[in-house]
Amino acid sequence: MTTPGVGWTEHIARARLHVVTGKGGTGKTTVAGALALALATGGRRVLLVEVEGRQGIAQLFDTQPLPYAELRIASAPGGGEVRALHVDAEAALLEYFSMFYNLGFAGRTLRRMGAIEFATTLAPGLRDVLLTGKVKECVGRTDSAQRAGRYYYDAVVLDAPPTGRIVKFLDVTRAMVDLAKVGPIKGQSEGVVRLLHSGDTAVHLVTVLEEMPIRETIDAVGELDGAELRPGAVIVNRVRPPRLPARSVTSAADGRVDASRVRAGLAAAGLDLAPDDLEGLVAETVEHAIRVQAERSAREQLAELDLPTVELPESTDGVDIAALYEFAEALIDQGVR
Amino acid sequence: MSALDVDRLIDDPDTHVIVCCGSGGVGKTTTAAAIAVRAAERGRKTVVLTIDPARRLAQSLGLRSLGNTPKQVDVDGFEPAGELSAMMLDMRRTFDDMVLAHAGEERAKEVLANPFYKTISTSFSGTQEYMAMEKLGQLAAEGRWDLIVVDTPPSRSALDFLDAPQRMSSALDGRMIKLLTGPARAGGWGVRKVVGAGFMLFARAVSTIVGGQLLADASAFVQAFDGMFGGFRERARRTYELLRSGGTAFLVIAAPEPDALREASYFVERLSAESMPLAGLVVNRTHPVLAALSGPSALAAADRLEKSGDAPLAAAVLRLHADRVAVAQRERRLVARFTKAHPGVSVVRVPAMPSDVHDLAGLRGIGEKLSGA
Repeated sequence: MTTPGVGWTEHIARARLHVVTGKGGTGKTTVAGALALALATGGRRVLLVEVEGRQGIAQLFDTQPLPYAELRIASAPGGGEVRALHVDAEAALLEYFSMFYNLGFAGRTLRRMGAIEFATTLAPGLRDVLLTGKVKECVGRTDSAQRAGRYYYDAVVLDAPPTGRIVKFLDVTRAMVDLAKVGPIKGQSEGVVRLLHSGDTAVHLVTVLEEMPIRETIDAVGELDGAELRPGAVIVNRVRPPRLPARSVTSAADGRVDASRVRAGLAAAGLDLAPDDLEGLVAETVEHAIRVQAERSAREQLAELDLPTVELPESTDGVDIAALYEFAEALIDQGVR
Repeated sequence: MSALDVDRLIDDPDTHVIVCCGSGGVGKTTTAAAIAVRAAERGRKTVVLTIDPARRLAQSLGLRSLGNTPKQVDVDGFEPAGELSAMMLDMRRTFDDMVLAHAGEERAKEVLANPFYKTISTSFSGTQEYMAMEKLGQLAAEGRWDLIVVDTPPSRSALDFLDAPQRMSSALDGRMIKLLTGPARAGGWGVRKVVGAGFMLFARAVSTIVGGQLLADASAFVQAFDGMFGGFRERARRTYELLRSGGTAFLVIAAPEPDALREASYFVERLSAESMPLAGLVVNRTHPVLAALSGPSALAAADRLEKSGDAPLAAAVLRLHADRVAVAQRERRLVARFTKAHPGVSVVRVPAMPSDVHDLAGLRGIGEKLSGA
């Protein structure tokens, strides 16, 4: 970790809604899960929400597919807990209707007829308004019975759509152009707009140190700024340790690896490799150096964004629940609170 | 597990369509481009249909902008035995063209000007998938090429493009909109009896939420669209049949990651359920071990060298080799899990290139790896 980031600023720590986006394949859902665990550490209650119908959270925590309900999926060190919610636009629409209209038992029939899906199809913006509306309800919910006046959830982490769609998803104002200018949904969406554009919300961008994800991250930050949404932190995922001494990287990336020195070193360690294997080691070294070099320039580009940055290491054994807790710890060590 | 032989696939004159599918970010577009380049150089008259390619990849095929018709690839150093054309899908224009082709001039004008059409043709989820299939149908009907390589849209799910025409059909089907705009009149088919007052309330609620204007636009759109609808459905059905025919081969693309391989599994199962011809799985960006030295031996030797401090370069080389062994083992485990569940599916692994591919040489390199060279 050659350039330790600014870490988790006071500004971000004040947010109650943490939106996590990133290019597909960068580990967005994993990071969202780890962030939820980190925020829950020390006795807090955190809700982890997904909106894309992928059931990524259930897979991450190795549980049954999630229903449209807030269920406890993990406990965090120090008595905290993470609950998970899988928001489905159709269920949210029915729920929304039942707040204002008494549909009785018709809901299920309407769903079976495809009427609910049709209504969300009619105005694609409606889908996003419903999804963000449900998130807002969770963020703003208070629990007067047990913890008078306090919020029910200390924080909400949203596993959001990928960078390519994030601004469209969060730009509820634009989505509302499709919808009625009066009525209950108008009022509700104004509340969503206020929340998303306030200091209570931070949009974090997950990336890996590769060319395309970095470019998408930079583009997304520009779009977020343009829509007056607040970028939070950049979370660099799958950081791998550079193994070569810094001064050897450039020459190795150009293919200049002193094979005889490597052979002599291996011999000193008692290893006598066949010429093919030595050649293979050299080729692996060149590839490693090229990657380290690409990662360096990726970091330089990221630095220009001037955003708080935290990093998570590559987990060579893959991501299981134990790895998630390790990631959460790594986030806390970098100031996540 | 058998090895996937891409050369046999592209050399077979009976292969007319290759569909590259898989979840987002696994290198579908690059794989499609590499296959097309290789097929052209091996003598096929090839066209590649790409969806939203990275700018530099597009440039490597000589594509500068969205063009809704294929252009012959004309870049330095490319003189294929066959030929290669390439295009990027312009979904709005494909939709417009479809409307123009199916409706009379009057009616087409009416549809194209409808605000609801603008929504459907640009932001309905599934439009891109549907239009990709429509374009594939058009290219096949033209008969100018003997091999069409198709990239699929970066969907949430690899299955989206199979379902898109159906979803689109139900969205544009007139029944629901008639119910919503005039449930009393449409009550004839008994729906009202089933849901009764609930539906009336629902219809009123929808109208309150989306606004009367939108419903009116949607209704006008569906009416204007009604006459064309049969044609649309017929085309979607023909494309679906084309996908099921023997001349089509599906390549499922994945990265050696659990999510991508899980998605690949779903896709393989779905293809088999639909009797669609699967050619095999391409696992992109693998990290094969290049030297026969076990991870533990490399680490033990690195420890010894670091203690003495004599040979920092060799110690670093040993550590990075051990990292690579660990990554390769994990990738092998993941692919093995897939092949255990789908023993009949042939697989080819394409090692990660040290840097992004964005020129012809890079695409050729990938083509060689795809054919096991």
